[in-house]
Formats: sequence, C-alpha cells, structure tokens
Amino acid sequence: MLENAWLIPLFPLLSFLLLIFLGNQWREKSSFVGIGFTGISFVLSVIVLFVQMTNGSGGAEAAWLTIGSIEFRVGVVVNPLNALMLVIVSLVSFLVHIYSKSYMHDDARITTFYSYLGLFTFAMLALVISPNLLQLYIFWELVGVGSFLLIGFYFYKEEAKAAAKKAFIMTRIGDIGLLIGMILLFWQVGSLEFNEIFTAVRDGEVAEGLLTLIAILIFIGAVGKSGQFPLHTWLPDAMEGPTPVSALIHAATMVAAGVYLVATLFPVFESSPAAMTVVAVTGGFTAIFAATIGLVQKDIKRVLAYSTVSQLGYMMMALGAAGYVAGVFHLMTHAFFKALLFLAAGSVIHAVHTQNIEKMGGLWKKMRITGPVFLIGTLAISGVPLFSGFFSKDEILLATWYDGRYGLFTLGLIAAFFTAFYMFRLFFMVFTGDSRSTVTEVQESPRSMTYPMITLAVLAIFSGYINTPWFGTFLGDWLIGDSEFLPFEHHEGPVWIMLAASLIAFAGIGLAYLIYYKKSLQRDFLTSHMPNTYTLVFNKYFIDEFYQYTIEYGARAVSYLGSFIEKYIVEVIVAAVTGVVKSVGSLGSRLQSGQVQTYGAVAFVGLAILVFLVVWTGGYL
Amino acid sequence: MSSLPVNAYLLLALVLFCIGLFGALTKKNTVIVLISIELMLNAVNINLVAFSKYGINPGITGQIFSLFTITVAAAEAAVGLAILIALYRNRSTVQIDEMNTMKH
Repeated sequence: MLENAWLIPLFPLLSFLLLIFLGNQWREKSSFVGIGFTGISFVLSVIVLFVQMTNGSGGAEAAWLTIGSIEFRVGVVVNPLNALMLVIVSLVSFLVHIYSKSYMHDDARITTFYSYLGLFTFAMLALVISPNLLQLYIFWELVGVGSFLLIGFYFYKEEAKAAAKKAFIMTRIGDIGLLIGMILLFWQVGSLEFNEIFTAVRDGEVAEGLLTLIAILIFIGAVGKSGQFPLHTWLPDAMEGPTPVSALIHAATMVAAGVYLVATLFPVFESSPAAMTVVAVTGGFTAIFAATIGLVQKDIKRVLAYSTVSQLGYMMMALGAAGYVAGVFHLMTHAFFKALLFLAAGSVIHAVHTQNIEKMGGLWKKMRITGPVFLIGTLAISGVPLFSGFFSKDEILLATWYDGRYGLFTLGLIAAFFTAFYMFRLFFMVFTGDSRSTVTEVQESPRSMTYPMITLAVLAIFSGYINTPWFGTFLGDWLIGDSEFLPFEHHEGPVWIMLAASLIAFAGIGLAYLIYYKKSLQRDFLTSHMPNTYTLVFNKYFIDEFYQYTIEYGARAVSYLGSFIEKYIVEVIVAAVTGVVKSVGSLGSRLQSGQVQTYGAVAFVGLAILVFLVVWTGGYL
Repeated sequence: MSSLPVNAYLLLALVLFCIGLFGALTKKNTVIVLISIELMLNAVNINLVAFSKYGINPGITGQIFSLFTITVAAAEAAVGLAILIALYRNRSTVQIDEMNTMKH
C-alpha cells in the first residue's frame, strides 16, 4: 500500500497538465478539476496516514542512475513525519482550492491560477515523500518555481513582478547553501539516501567540524525557504500574490518546507551541538525580530506575513533546542490556524476591497462567519489556553527550558507577548469599533469560502489535543515511534511555564484591548515617546534598504567596473589588433594597382633575385 | 654553318628575349606589348632549335617543341587580339595603363 504513495502527488500534477494544456476555454469549470484532483490526493493522504499508523513505515525505491559504483535512487518513503506533512499539505491545498473558486471568480486567468496551484501542490507533496536529498532538492526547486509563478500571478502589477523576482532570488541564495551542503555530504557519505546519511552520522564517519559545516549549509537552505533572518525579506513582499496563495504557500506549506528539511535531517543536526545552537539562535532571533515589526504594520496581510516569519522562527528555535516533536507539532497547528487567518483575511479583503487596517473596522456585525473564525485563529496563534497554539507553544517553551537555553526561553515568552498583542490589535482594528471603510455594503463571503474557513477553525481549536500534557502525548510517541535515529524526549514540564505562557498571552491581549477597544490608552502613547524606534520598526529595521545599499549597489558597482573594463580596456585592445591587421591589409592592397606591366616587372625582378640566389649559393637553396 | 658556336645562338636569343621583355614591360600600346610577347616566345624557339642541334643530346624533340610553341603563339595572338578588339570597342582605348579596373 505505502509503495503506491507516489500516486498522491500525481493527481495535482495531472490537474496542472490538464488545465495548462486543455483548460483554456474552461474558465470557472477548471476549479472543479483542481478541487477534484486535490480532493483525491487528500483522501489518499488520509488513507496513507492510517496505514502508516497501523502497519508502520514503508515505501518503495528504484534505481534511477548508476554511475560506476554509485547509484542514485528515486522512490517514496512514508514515515510518521512524511505522512503528517502529506495530510497537512493536501488538506490545506484542498481547502484553498475550494476557497479560490469564489475568491478568484472574477479573474480572467482563473484556469491558469488553478493549474499553478496544481503544480505547486504536486511539488510540495512530492517533496515530503522524497527518500533522498537529491529528489528532495529537485522538488524543493520546483516548489520555488510554483511560488514564483503564484506570487507573480498579477504580473501586470509592478510590485507583484518585483516580489516574485525577489522571492525567487532570496530563496535561491539559500538553495546554494543547501546544494553545497548536499555535495559535501555526498563526498563524505557517498550517498544521498536519508537512511545511509543517518547511519554514517551516527557511526561517526563524518568529522565533527565538517558535520557542523554541512548542517549549517543545509540550514541556510532552510533559512531561505522558511524566511528566517536574514533572508526573510521576500516573505512579506510575497503578499502581492492572491490571498489564497498566501494562505497556501506563505503560511501553511512552502515556508514550512524549511522547517520540514531541518526536521527530516534532524539526526544530522543533532550530532552537531554548534549547528543546533545556530538553528536555535537564528530561530529565536527571527521570532522576536519579526514580531516587533508585526506590531506596527498597517497592511492586514503584512501583519500576518510577519507573524508567519515569527512563528517559523519559533519552530526553528524548537528544533534547535532538540524539541523535535515541539517543532513539528507547532508546524502542524500553525499550518491550520495561519491558513485560517489568511483565508479569513482574504474574506475581509474580498468584502471591503482594501488591505489597509486603518480603513476597516466594525466588521464583526457584518461578517457573521468570518469574524468568529478570525477570532478563533487569533486566539490560537496568541496561545490562549485550550486552543491548539497554546499546546504547541507550551511544548516549544518547555523544550528550550529543558535544553538549558534560558535566554531563548525568555525571548520566546516576549515574542509570545508581542504575538498576542499584534494579533489582537489586528482583530480589534478590523472587526470592532466604527467602520472606517469606504465600502458601505459589506457582505459575508459565499459558502465556498466560509466552509473551508470553518473546517480550519475546527482544526485550529482541536488539533492541539493530540499532544498535551493532560491527555497524553500521542503525536510525540507516534512521531518518534520506532525510528532508530530520533531520541525519545518528553518533558513533564513544571506547571509554572504553562501558567507563565498563559499569563503572557492574556497580558498581550489585555494591552491590545485597552488600546484598541476601550481606547483607555492613547494609541500613540508609546510611539510619541519613541519616534525613532517607531520609524525603525515601521520600516522593518531598514533591512531592505540595507540590502539595497550594500549588496545591490555593491553588485552594481562591480558590474559597472566590469563594463568599464570591457569598454575601455578589452575593447581597446581588440580595436588595436583589428586596426593593425586592417592597415597592413590596406597597405598590401595598394600593391594591387591594376597596372599589369607593374605586376610583370615585379614578377621578373623576383625571378631574377631567385635565380641570382640559386646561382650564388651554388644550387643548394 | 657549323663554324658558328652555340653561344652565338644563345646570345641572339638572349638579346631578343630582353628586347621583348623590355617592350612588354614598358610600352603603352597593347598591340606593341603583344608583339613584344611574340618576340620573347620566338627567342625561346631559337633556344630550343639551337639545343636540338648542338645540345648534349641532339635530337628532333626541340624542333617539334618549337613547332608547338609557334602554333600556341599563333592561337594566343589570335585570342589576344580578339580580346583587345573587344576591349577597344568598350573603352575606345588600347593604352595598357588605362586598363586598370581590376585593382584593390
């Protein structure tokens, strides 16, 4: 059964091919093709998940290329992590497909949109069942292409075009790291199969220093894909794409690929404490860094984008702190509540035709479904007790605490406070107060948009209960399972951590309530005291500008230097050479005077000289 | 007749050849140039005949060769003059230094 798991990515691929080649005239009908095929994928994924749970892991492989004694293989592998990812990706993709039917209703290129969605879903599903790094890398790049196409979907908009290019280039920078890491690993281990890599690493066949280098290089790939500092700048810009795409790619699935990569190669990272520290610190820093930016943004999607960056940092921090289960757990819960938030945001944008939260407000009464599901998503991401985000965040904080990283633990708590604050700032500004919208007739979205949101809202509430300190750690036991490479870890945490996390969340919510709902605190009482800090944070710490002035202008200076050398040195040399040849040639052609008698005279003189020489040397010339 | 040494023939041929060469290289009238070329050919004929009689291996070959040369020279003169007439019709000149269109 599990060896047929390759069928799962095949259906979205079929949908892509069908729509791109035959779907030109189908327009809206093409959504049914996309929904149908991803639906099949989702059902199959669920079946695979259950088979994996009852019968254990499995897969199939075949030789692809044999070069000398080295064999490259292709195939599928289903283990707990892969099966979980399959279900998350296919479920979110399925829901986004349904949602897009209404959201993209008016778009002339809806068929193209669905075909790109199919391509992306195919790449992502194939990525998570790859049994070796090479195959993973292929689909890793394909996912990047899918993301490029979807971000640049509104290609007639300058910003969308620029954002697509930016996303592609920034992730490519990370991919170079991954590629070099892969090559080093292949050089050391002689294989790119996950199992062989893990065995070699466990047996200590790779030198400590080199292993750290490999792990960090691979992590750079994950940094690019998952929008970690310093390669995070593409992710907020990627919000130029259609909102369902933001939900699918930039919240739930593609950006999770980086976290998935680190989780899959966890045994490699775990063997190198230095690499683990790098992962944890990068993650922790990104979590707090992006959270502070999220505090002041005015675009609803950008706030969510920065919260995504922040939450991905959280996951990385968990993985770096040896919290394998915590990281994957948060990956799952985050996929649900962040997809929910994005879809709800899309529903809001659909209704009021703006993304600026200053121009929203008072939508709670008008959007009877979007409002509550957005509130559920907000509660979940803020880590309010009994919602899914609470359990996974708690697990992460526990992991950092037990790993002895108290600094990161504190950072995590502060980031949780910020998260709760900016998410409720968003909620209050969008849904409460007086309407500041220019659109008077606000309507709730159609059912094909609300049903996916409701499904996700249910998951956002309940998906946390599969791994709690109270009802058992089902997810953790299953994920670690029978793997010989993953360490068993579960921490019976001190109760105060959970209490602290809850209090922090409520504190953030309370502050947001006072400022944005009760208005008992002036909105600008902090910004007016620290205008410089506000400017700094509002402009995202000037990271984009920093890149602009260092890397871009640097590259430009180098290219100007190159073109200067080309123009004034290389071309001058070339011109000199050709000039000499030309002048010699024109000099020679002067001899061609057309005076036949001159030719004859010259020939005769030449003959005479030859004869003279022959005679002079006695015939031995 | 046999008292005349071979040197005399060769000298005559040399003088004729040099006159022909000089004429071919210096005269401006194309007809004169053609005549000069005939002169050079005939100088060669004298050489051939002289060697066929007084050479190291006397034989008939030289004389036959000179007959060939005369034939070819006649043909050459005919073709040359025909070309010249055609040229004259086109450019109304027989001055050789004005026939200089084939240059760089």
